[in-house]
Amino acid sequence: MQRKTIVIMITCAILIAGGIVYAADHMDAPAVKGQTTDITDLYVFQGKNTDNMVFVGNSQGLLAPSATGAASFDPNTLIQFKIDNNGDNVEDLVIQAIYKDGKVNFFGLGRPPLTGTRTKIAEANFLGSVDVTPYGASHPIVGYGSYGIKFFAGPRDDPFFFDLDQFHAILGGTATGFNNPGKDTFAGTNVLSIVVEVPKSLLHAQNGKLGVWLTTSSQEGGSAM
Amino acid sequence: MKSLRSSLLSSFLPLVAAVLCLAACKKDQHFPQSPYFDQADQMGRPAINTVFIKAADKDRFNQTTPSLMAAAFGSEMKSSLLGVNPGFTTNLLGLNADQFIGVLSTDVLNASTKGKTTFYDGTNVLTGRALGDDVIDVELTLVFGGPDGSANPGLTSDHVNGNDAPFLADFPYLAQPH
Repeated sequence: MQRKTIVIMITCAILIAGGIVYAADHMDAPAVKGQTTDITDLYVFQGKNTDNMVFVGNSQGLLAPSATGAASFDPNTLIQFKIDNNGDNVEDLVIQAIYKDGKVNFFGLGRPPLTGTRTKIAEANFLGSVDVTPYGASHPIVGYGSYGIKFFAGPRDDPFFFDLDQFHAILGGTATGFNNPGKDTFAGTNVLSIVVEVPKSLLHAQNGKLGVWLTTSSQEGGSAM
Repeated sequence: MKSLRSSLLSSFLPLVAAVLCLAACKKDQHFPQSPYFDQADQMGRPAINTVFIKAADKDRFNQTTPSLMAAAFGSEMKSSLLGVNPGFTTNLLGLNADQFIGVLSTDVLNASTKGKTTFYDGTNVLTGRALGDDVIDVELTLVFGGPDGSANPGLTSDHVNGNDAPFLADFPYLAQPH
């Protein structure tokens, strides 16, 4: 075995000594692990209608099929797509999603009430809502909002794929590299997804460029009744 | 007089408190206790917090807004990069360690509203993230693959090249749950 490979393996093993799971963002940090705030992935891509952009925000990952029916969005967890459209890495637009009484309500696409890590719901900018698609439904429920925006909320297959188990074996020193073919650790698992399709014209991207990040936030002061 | 007031107060107080509580409870059904929300988790690009941030700092990273990340975590992320790959020189994008961390340390997902959206397809770099993009192979290659992507061949692909379920052609694009 090459000395360099050994060094890499040892340093990897040291780095993950805390037992941190390497994934996209699944269970990335102590405060969110196993919580409704735990983000798994963000996707941003051009829609089937190429005049639109699609935003996918996934959370609560590694749901076995047997656990998916009981998984639920949380009325105290605000999910936001934050969008910088002028290149300064500060959000100029937000799309906010929050669960209430079987639906997810969406707000935003104006200037956010606040920027940064503390925020409020943009109540004045209601975009629409969608019923959460129940686990086991034969078709996804699609909501239609203002400006031709489309919404989805509910359980989906986790689109992320990675041989996480073999990576752990490499880090743990019981393997020297990945297998070919590898085995997708996320196969057969589900996430809770929020999907929003928005006309590009609403995003006002300077020079066609956006910076996007997905956040989850917990309501201050405990639970709503 | 003072005693009358206090006795009135003491007899009415429970009622007042009950009414206030009921009103608050009723109001809570429409407007929860505080209108403010505090950030718990965030991500831009896949696996940034998981790979480059030390265990003790992972929550703090999640609660730092992107415009402040590079100053707060840039040097830590560079140490992590050189920790996992002490032989890092430059990568397939021609970036040295400082330049690569300069890109990664502001954790936002870049996306283009003009044309193809992909994490990296050999031509387009960071114009979005499509559902089928093999982002792990891209990141492994950029971290371990050296200037032409050929270094450490056992570590630059996990050989899982796609999702286990086909995506939909139409909204909401993600596959039905298992």
